Amino acid sequence: MTRISVQVDGDHYTDEVEPRTLLVHYLRERIGKTGTVVGCDTSNCGACTVLLDGKSVKSCNMLAVQADGHEVTTVEGLAIDGTLHPMQQAFHDKHALQCGYCTPGMIMASIDLLNDNPHPSEDEIRVGLEGNLCRCTGYQNIVKAVQQAAGSEQS
Amino acid sequence: MIPAPFDYLAPESVEEVLAALAESGDDAKVLAGGQSLLPVLRLRLNAPEKIIDIGRIPALREIHEDGEYLAIGAMATHDDVLHNALVTEHALLLHKTLVEVADPQIRHRGTVGGALVHADPAGDLGAAALALDAELVIAGPGGATRTVAAKDFFVDIFETAVQDGELLTQIRIPKHTGWRAHYEKFVRVAHQWAIVAVAATVRMDGGTISEARVALTNMGSTPVRAASVERALVGKPATDDGVREAATLAAEGTSPPSDLNGDAAYRKHLAGVLTRRAVLAAAGE
Ligand SMILES: Cc1cc2nc3c(=O)[nH]c(=O)nc-3n(C[C@H](O)[C@H](O)[C@H](O)COP(=O)(O)OP(=O)(O)OC[C@H]3O[C@@H](n4cnc5c(N)ncnc54)[C@H](O)[C@@H]3O)c2cc1C
Ligand code: FES
Ligand code: FES
Repeated sequence: MTRISVQVDGDHYTDEVEPRTLLVHYLRERIGKTGTVVGCDTSNCGACTVLLDGKSVKSCNMLAVQADGHEVTTVEGLAIDGTLHPMQQAFHDKHALQCGYCTPGMIMASIDLLNDNPHPSEDEIRVGLEGNLCRCTGYQNIVKAVQQAAGSEQS
Repeated sequence: MIPAPFDYLAPESVEEVLAALAESGDDAKVLAGGQSLLPVLRLRLNAPEKIIDIGRIPALREIHEDGEYLAIGAMATHDDVLHNALVTEHALLLHKTLVEVADPQIRHRGTVGGALVHADPAGDLGAAALALDAELVIAGPGGATRTVAAKDFFVDIFETAVQDGELLTQIRIPKHTGWRAHYEKFVRVAHQWAIVAVAATVRMDGGTISEARVALTNMGSTPVRAASVERALVGKPATDDGVREAATLAAEGTSPPSDLNGDAAYRKHLAGVLTRRAVLAAAGE
């Protein structure tokens, strides 16, 4: 067992974990952050995306011990006092989901995208989200949601 | 699936890493960004007894100028290097290549050193390292270091000059200041490994190519330098007609794989087409 100390969605956690524990399993099974989901076994789908020190990562492709000393933000840490984050609100407004399974990862990757490039073109949005798959293929509305959050919607 | 159990070490200096490696022989695996290693461990294709995490050694992540060289720490992430102004200025080809590597999440974790040591023939960074005549600094038991040229670094599929007990510490790139560059990667869907790709960097004299470096991805078990293309390009105008003939030499002497994405003959055809596109785009950029 290895002791880790991480900040998740603003709260501090210190835990003993088996080194082979994946970050996503630590988040879901140890501290109950089930908003972050597992969609594949190949590090391809991006459903498990969280922010590590503000940068998007696939939490299924990282060990919990690698997050020791770092700050993790999950989809559960976005809303403040019940008010949705502008990206969450945009996904809601644009109906940027069907089954919703890819949504937590899509939202986190989209936030990272706008942090990097606040005014992306449609192409830049599509390329920027290439690490996230939507099996319901709702990409059209996902792109619209990111445009709304960026304030660059066409009416 | 999750990895099989292992002992975990996270040393804070290169010396400690080397000591830990020396102690454990081939039972230990170095963990860099984990973007290639973790999928392997999760699929249980490998089950090392010990994992040595080199992610807590800040010195290994530095990027700096060193005389005629650019020195990139093995633990600099794809994203660090992609956004580094020195890299764009002195090794534009590396920047252009990294744009095409994986996706943002993988680029935030994956490292240039890890990608080179992993040596996947379809990986993108080997061709750039080869074309730029990179030198790889490898530290071994007791801290002794040796420097290996990129052309001698890649040995076979998933095999490099880095031996058990050794650590890649730095990638040294002779400055290619003012050289233009392009990486032309052929994929059928977004977010795929290269079926074939071509890394090209050129020094221009007006509209004429005065020097060229070209290397190919996934045209054999290691990245391949297209030396005859480079020679044939010298003195040619950067026009479609000017580079067409030189580009046809790209597949010379290569033995590309045949797989579901295309057979060897198709890849050889692609190599020529992509070389022409890469050189023209490089010259125009
Ligand atoms: C979904 C996905 C898509 C990808 N797409 C691409 C792509 O399009 N193009 C591409 O080029 N790559 C791609 N990759 C691979 C990516 O570039 C990896 O980051 C890279 O191959 C490995 O770097 P790493 O730092 O994660 O190394 P790790 O996974 O930590 O290590 C890889 C191997 O190298 C060894 N190693 C690492 N660093 C050192 C060192 N300093 N000294 C000695 N040994 C070392 C490890 O022991 C291990 O065997 C993709 C990966 C994923 C998961
Ligand atoms: S669950 Fe992490 S990438 Fe699919
Ligand atoms: S909404 Fe179903 S996977 Fe994206």
